[in-house]
Amino acid sequence: MLEEPLLKVENLEKHFPITRGIIFQKEIGRVRAVDGVSFSVNKGETLGVVGESGCGKSTMARCVMRLLDPTGGKVTFDGQDITNIKGNDLFKVRREMMMVFQDPYASLNPRKRVGSIVGEALEVHKMGTAAEIKRKVQDLLEVVGLNPEHYNRFPFEFSGGQRQRIGVARALAVRPKLIVCDEPVSALDVSVQAQILNLLKRLQDEFDLTYVFIAHDLDVVRHISNRVAVMYLGKVVEVGEGSQLYNRPLHPYSGALLSAVPVPNPNVARNRKPIVLEGDVPSPINPPSACRFHPRCPRFQAGVCDVDEPQLTEREAGHEVACHYPLETWPMADLRLEPGRVAAS
Amino acid sequence: MPLLDVKDLKTYFRTDDGIVHAVDGVSFSVEKGKTLAIVGESGCGKSVTCMTIMGLNAKRNTITEGQAIFKDRDLLKIDPDELRKIRGNEISMIFQDPMTSLNPVYTIGAQLREAVQLHENVSKQVANSRSVEMLKAVAIPRAETRMDDYPHQFSGGMRQRVMIAMALVNNPDLLIADEPTTALDVTTQAQILKLMNQLQRDFGSAIILVTHDLGVVAETADDVMVMYAAKAVEKGGYEDIFYRPEHPYTWGLLGSLPRLVAEGADLKPIPGTPPSLLQPPSGCRFHLRCTYAFSPCVPDVPELLPVGGESASDHAVACHLEPEFRRRESHDLLHEVMAEQQV
Repeated sequence: MLEEPLLKVENLEKHFPITRGIIFQKEIGRVRAVDGVSFSVNKGETLGVVGESGCGKSTMARCVMRLLDPTGGKVTFDGQDITNIKGNDLFKVRREMMMVFQDPYASLNPRKRVGSIVGEALEVHKMGTAAEIKRKVQDLLEVVGLNPEHYNRFPFEFSGGQRQRIGVARALAVRPKLIVCDEPVSALDVSVQAQILNLLKRLQDEFDLTYVFIAHDLDVVRHISNRVAVMYLGKVVEVGEGSQLYNRPLHPYSGALLSAVPVPNPNVARNRKPIVLEGDVPSPINPPSACRFHPRCPRFQAGVCDVDEPQLTEREAGHEVACHYPLETWPMADLRLEPGRVAAS
Repeated sequence: MPLLDVKDLKTYFRTDDGIVHAVDGVSFSVEKGKTLAIVGESGCGKSVTCMTIMGLNAKRNTITEGQAIFKDRDLLKIDPDELRKIRGNEISMIFQDPMTSLNPVYTIGAQLREAVQLHENVSKQVANSRSVEMLKAVAIPRAETRMDDYPHQFSGGMRQRVMIAMALVNNPDLLIADEPTTALDVTTQAQILKLMNQLQRDFGSAIILVTHDLGVVAETADDVMVMYAAKAVEKGGYEDIFYRPEHPYTWGLLGSLPRLVAEGADLKPIPGTPPSLLQPPSGCRFHLRCTYAFSPCVPDVPELLPVGGESASDHAVACHLEPEFRRRESHDLLHEVMAEQQV
């Protein structure tokens, strides 16, 4: 039996036009922030999304949440196509999916009290009388580890970690099925980060939540996710179970990313040979042809990688990769494909 | 003799709400060619320590005490003109945010040349060729042409490289790097760390690396100082800190790292949040968050004492717990995880 995934994203595209002219705007280019992303998330699991800044993680999340309108592709949530729904239909769906934002300082309205921040969604969706909402909010504050008596305080009275707890409480208020966490812990100190990660895990068990968890910290993503997707320049280059992907990455980019993470263990850290990628992420306005990673790829093959775009294909059960020459070994002992390796330009 | 010897450094800021004890009696030294990492959470005083050594705090509301001896001169007492000659020449600094620490209205070339010409009476041509050389050393492609570009034409990683080039252009004896890779992606971070290591080898500079990332520390540091609420709680060689840490705060930092926890297990975070430095807690400043705290921790400030008595080792810790107990706990908490860990 195959259960229908809670969230299914097919070929999602979001292009931002670059225009010139004031009155007659002419499109002169496009930022291909998200360019054909497909994945699915099952009920109760956590999908981690990793990638460098500018790879389209956040734009993808916003498109899924319908905070941005995708320019192409299809988003199916709980069996319903939500790509183009409007008005009342969209309003109903919004109750089912919530978001936790990166910056706990910018994502809470400084002029509102905690009670009304957390309770706002409940009011909007008319989920109870004022007294009921107040009680629910206080319960929520307790659930996320805050003092319910802080109901009447303002955000500035809280530390970064506590604010992020408020953000989590707000997302949880309407009992959504899906929570999209966009870098929820990257602004926090390690000790506080660990508190929030533990909280998110506990809430997932308690409320049967499904997460899409976006972060650039690979260790954090591994810790919280069941499956992980690696993005590069608007595309998913590899998806797999956490243990598959981390123990045996197939895409050279995932490999390089993993090997770039500093290991907090000196003896291990000093004896490994990380693959240091040269150069920067190219601009999404003019992405490289075919495989977008080819100018930086240590396994680049001229005539193949820059001509033919690799599709996301399943190499092992549940482990998909978009690469013509996936890694055979890990750690990457011998990176080069002989013969015919051409220096990356 | 160490290159830089800091003794009992105190930096207080006068504010409307009272005096903030940003650094409260910190001592450390840096040897030539070595890297000292200062680790701690935000607000623990790591950056202020660096700013104080460099004399970059605003005069009007800062109270500074202690000594920072650099080549027989006390950086905290010498006159500003003298300090200006040292700054950017014998000691230079890399700031955290490469986006805001370069001047947006001057070209990279002009800013690099300025760094050279401020300290040496050389012609523009000489300054120019040295700057180009430095840009090449930090692996900026087409260095000659990029000299005429403005900071906004560079990506984040490249800007940080320009900052490093600027810091190293006068061949400093000491480089202070304040979170040099925090604003960067992991792949760029790896590039920058590799570069800093390489440059240290080539130029023999000493580095003070301020960071909150223990991974970065494990990769680069020789010595480590762990700070909590304006005080040093533990100090030692990198192996002491990672394999034999003795302070509960250091345990907490290591226990919060997802990488060091077995798959499926919960992280062991430090409860609570760092205290305010306006009214720091009495006694051991960590006692409010410490799961091991007992009666002496509340009134008595623990001294930073060498581990194993005498001053035989460089490893020092400020904690009231019994040494025997600490050693056992440390072993139980971390040893196995660390030993079994794979790349």
